[in-house]
Amino acid sequence: MATETAHAPAALAPSGHDAKQGQQHPLGIYFVIWGLLFVLSTFSYLVDYFNFVGFTRWSLILSLMWLKAGLIVAVFMHMRWERLALVYAILIPPLLLAILVTLMSMESDYTFWTRILFFGLFRAHPGA
Amino acid sequence: MTELALEDQDATRLQSLVTDWSTDQETFKRVHWGKAMMWIFLLSDTFIFSCFLTSYMTVRSSTTMPWPNPSEVFGLTIAGQSVPLLLIAIMTFILISSSGTMALAVNYGYRHDRRTTALLMFATAAFGVMFVSMQAFEWTKLIREGVRPWGNPWGAPQFGSCFFMITGFHGFHVSMGVIYLSTIAIKVWKGDFERKGNYEVVEIAGLYWHFVDLVWVFIFAFFYLW
Repeated sequence: MATETAHAPAALAPSGHDAKQGQQHPLGIYFVIWGLLFVLSTFSYLVDYFNFVGFTRWSLILSLMWLKAGLIVAVFMHMRWERLALVYAILIPPLLLAILVTLMSMESDYTFWTRILFFGLFRAHPGA
Repeated sequence: MTELALEDQDATRLQSLVTDWSTDQETFKRVHWGKAMMWIFLLSDTFIFSCFLTSYMTVRSSTTMPWPNPSEVFGLTIAGQSVPLLLIAIMTFILISSSGTMALAVNYGYRHDRRTTALLMFATAAFGVMFVSMQAFEWTKLIREGVRPWGNPWGAPQFGSCFFMITGFHGFHVSMGVIYLSTIAIKVWKGDFERKGNYEVVEIAGLYWHFVDLVWVFIFAFFYLW
C-alpha cells in the first residue's frame, strides 16, 4: 500500500481541496479506476484459469493484488489527496506486519519439519 | 513545592490530564474527526485480518497433509462443464461494482445531490446483500459436502477452520456495512445532511465500505488463488 501512495503529491494536497468542502474530484477518475479493477481482477482470475504455477503464479498474484489494493486506497479511499500526516499514520504501522509474517513463516517451517521427523512421511502422503 | 503538592490532589490531576489532551495539538489538520477515527478503526481492523491471514499461512505451510485445491473446491459445474472458482470470481466483480457505486455516491454527496447519493448508496447496499447471499450459498454447498472447522473430505483438516473464520469475519463486515450504509442512505434521503450542509458522513461510510472491498482483494489472492 505504501509504495503506491508514497509518490502521490500528498504535500500539495491541501491547496487542492481546501477551498472546497471535502474530497471533490472529477467523476471520470472513478470510472477509470472501476474499469481498471475489473481488468485486474479478470487477470487474477485467469492466473487460476490457465493454471500458472510456481514463480509465475506467485509474481502475478502478488503484483495484481498490490495494484488493486493501491488503486482502492489511493483513489477510492482518497489517500493520495490526504495530508501526509494522515497518510503516514495509517500506512506505516501495517509495515510492522512483515515482521509477524517473517517470524510465523520461520515457525511454520520448523513445525513442518518437526512433524516430518516425528510422525514420518506417511502423513505427508496419506494414500501411500 | 506547594504547586506540586496541589497537583497530587485528585481533582487537579484530573484537570491536568484534560488540559494536556485538549490543548491546541491537532495532528490531522483540517481532517474531519470522524474521518480520522474511521481510518484508525480501519487500521486496527487491518491488524485483525492480517492476524487471520498470517495464522492461515502458518497452518497451511506447516501441515504435512495436502491442502484441498481451492480451484476445484470452489468450482461450479455449469452445463456439465466444471468452471474453476466461478462463484468467487462473480463475488469479486460484485464487490468491485459496489465500491464503484459507493465512490460515485461520495462524489454526488459533495455536489449536494441527495437523491442520486441516496440511490447510489442503496445500490451499494444491494450489491452487498448479493455478495452475502452468494457467500451463504457457498457455505451451504461446502457444509453439505462435509467441510467442518475440524475436517473435510479432501485433506488438511485446517482448511475448514481457516475458511469459516476468514470468510465468516469478512462476511460479517459486509453485513454490518449493509446496515451502516442503509442507515446513512436513509438520512441522506430525508435531507439530514442537507440541513447540516455537510456530506462528509457519506465519505466516512464510504471508507468503511472500500475497506471491506480491500480486504477481499487479499482474501481472494491468498485464500482462493494460492
